[in-house]
Amino acid sequence: MLSRTAENLFWLARYVERAENTARILDAANRLAAIPISYAGGSNEWESAVAATGSAAGFQSLHAEATPEAVVDFLAFSPDNPSSIRSCLERARANARAVRTALTGEMWDSINGAWLGLKRFDGVRRDRIRLNEFLSFVKEASLRFDGSAYRTMLRNDAFCFSSLGSFIERADNTARILDVKYHVLLPAESNVGGGLDYFQWSSILRSVSANTAYHWVYRESLKPWLVADLLVLNDQLPRSLASCYDNIAAFLDELSQAYGRQGPAQRIARSTRNRLQNATMEGIFQSGLHEFLTEFIGENGRLGQAITDQYLV
Amino acid sequence: MGIGAPMVVAFDEMSGTDTACRPGYEVLKRWLDGTTPELLGHRRAEAELLFRRMGITFAVYGEAEAEERLIPFDIIPRIITGSEWTHLARGLEQRVKALNAFLSDVYSRGEIMKAGIVPEDLVYRNPYYRPEMAGLRLPHDIYVMIGGIDIVRVDPDTFYVLEDNARTPSGVSYMLENREVMMRLFPDLFAEHRIAPVDNYPDALLATLKSVAPKTAPGDPTVALLTPGPFNSAYYEHSFLADKLGVELVEGRDLMVRDNVVYMRTTEGPKRVDVIYRRLDDDFLDPLSFRPDSMLGCPGLMNAYRAGTVSLANAVGTGVADDKAVYSYMPEIVKFYLGEEPILKNVPTYRCREADSLRYVLEHLEELVVKEVAGSGGYGMLIGPASDKKTRDLFAEKLKADPDNFIAQPTLALSTSPTFVDAGIAPRHVDLRPFVLTGADRVRIVPGGLTRVALKEGSLIVNSSQGGGTKDTWVLDA
Repeated sequence: MLSRTAENLFWLARYVERAENTARILDAANRLAAIPISYAGGSNEWESAVAATGSAAGFQSLHAEATPEAVVDFLAFSPDNPSSIRSCLERARANARAVRTALTGEMWDSINGAWLGLKRFDGVRRDRIRLNEFLSFVKEASLRFDGSAYRTMLRNDAFCFSSLGSFIERADNTARILDVKYHVLLPAESNVGGGLDYFQWSSILRSVSANTAYHWVYRESLKPWLVADLLVLNDQLPRSLASCYDNIAAFLDELSQAYGRQGPAQRIARSTRNRLQNATMEGIFQSGLHEFLTEFIGENGRLGQAITDQYLV
Repeated sequence: MGIGAPMVVAFDEMSGTDTACRPGYEVLKRWLDGTTPELLGHRRAEAELLFRRMGITFAVYGEAEAEERLIPFDIIPRIITGSEWTHLARGLEQRVKALNAFLSDVYSRGEIMKAGIVPEDLVYRNPYYRPEMAGLRLPHDIYVMIGGIDIVRVDPDTFYVLEDNARTPSGVSYMLENREVMMRLFPDLFAEHRIAPVDNYPDALLATLKSVAPKTAPGDPTVALLTPGPFNSAYYEHSFLADKLGVELVEGRDLMVRDNVVYMRTTEGPKRVDVIYRRLDDDFLDPLSFRPDSMLGCPGLMNAYRAGTVSLANAVGTGVADDKAVYSYMPEIVKFYLGEEPILKNVPTYRCREADSLRYVLEHLEELVVKEVAGSGGYGMLIGPASDKKTRDLFAEKLKADPDNFIAQPTLALSTSPTFVDAGIAPRHVDLRPFVLTGADRVRIVPGGLTRVALKEGSLIVNSSQGGGTKDTWVLDA
């Protein structure tokens, strides 16, 4: 297929994923901010939300203070933020439009429908109820996109590139969400700081839609190291780093088989996947969760670049 | 107040000049008489929804708000009987054969100019004449593989060719999608008529394109469709056609030329391309040969073309044949190359470059339509009967300053077709653009075409960029 087509598919999937991720982060921040400080701790949830989307610098250049209104506007609607949900859906649709021929009708419908649906939220008063409505709309749009891709796309290289976009973006997002909160995720042997952090942990789970999953997997009350374990190493959770890399490595292997050759992208993906498979939470906490996540985000970015160099240009 | 309201009652495709019913329209007329405006309105809303879902939009240059707008669609079809179509098809094939013969001659021996039939300067000083093409023999000696011939009708027996489109005619996607939508909305009407299908157009186009591949290309040549990109007004059509043809939709940056061979960049490395259906104007094809600032083309493409390793459809330099000044010579061109009388008439045309004609045109501006020879899309023209004195005076100055650049024609009473408008069903002027495919093996014409309709009352301008809409065109099986 055309390199440019593959590139558009890759970024289409990434932008849809990013939009959904930002919606979940906003949702979690909104809930946490509604809990009295005596329960949730003194941190500014809105600042964390901006940080978790990796757009702190852009935010600070536009706003002096992370008020709820400023953050909601910046992350959800602002055309000045290239990663706002609106910008993501617009870019996703621009990428989709550029590769109409590579999309199934259902995929086009899902992304074009999301783009048309955005207009419903133009110029309305953005109170909390409207915000919740908007966030559910974004999550549904992303589910529809994923679902239509999964159910209607031919299982060929186009599917691989689109899936790679989703999983690389997802891995990046999960790692960033964890990294913003790494200080409340302490190893098992450390002193657990009472109930204060409970809502922080629960908020992390909420921002990856894993509250229920946690209880199914561990059948325990929330423990910070288990929250970290779930999101980093547990390959049952679709948003965990381990699960993302199982998929990334598999899709890259499929590509190398279809094309009859492999390159740096396959090697980087395999090495990261192996590291995740062999790691333990104890080991990660010992050498520092923050350091681990920083390195992971860097390595994930390098893989994105390697895929670009190898296939998309 | 509409523009260009003709002085006589226009011929109506359904009722003629009285209120009778012309052959072919019986069932439709009965159906229209028995259908309420509410139902029609409901169906139109459904149609619009379908079009929006399909993503059919077009961009209008210069309208910031209108990056993507739906082209208006009228749900009342335009009907052409089998015998009318047979006549039209013969005329179209003849016309395009003549265009191809003319281009082949212009870029080789130039006999028609030596014979004094077409003036030399009209060809060699034409902005669309490409010296790069002179002396180049194309693999199958075909220049216009895809021709769009604009036809208007003034009475039961008279069809005029209004314009030949020999460069990159557009609109065929509307022909196909209009039919698709109509079949979904009005299955009963289709069951009651025998309507010639159009959905084999993509197959016919692909066969045509493959047939003109360089003789050295593999048995199953690789075809690509070259688009200027998503910001082009016809991008939807480009992607639609690439999809139906099953070929890659490429932009200039997807192509590269190595050793005079064209390749496209794929995820598996460079892949050779044999035929390019280009929807990009000559000027932008290759910055090394034409406009150096073009970011849309592919450097080196012309060298590969000249080396004969790739075929372009249409060929480079075909604009010299669809110029409006050259148009006025088409009856002579048909006779010169084919030794036949033209089947389809030309609209009588005054060439302002000729002193007598210029004088006549200046004296009769309020009756005439004056057009720029290289204009398109309905821009830059004067419709005399609809103009005021000030506009005419200004236009006269332009005309006197550069008479070579203009032609004039009488204002035609274009036929009308019943159209569903706000006030109900009313006659609106229409034209027809059938598509003529010329391959190395044969000529293919899918029965039908794009009917464009001027939605404003009395208006004669059918271009979508100026408020025109489209209709499905039914050719009845004879």
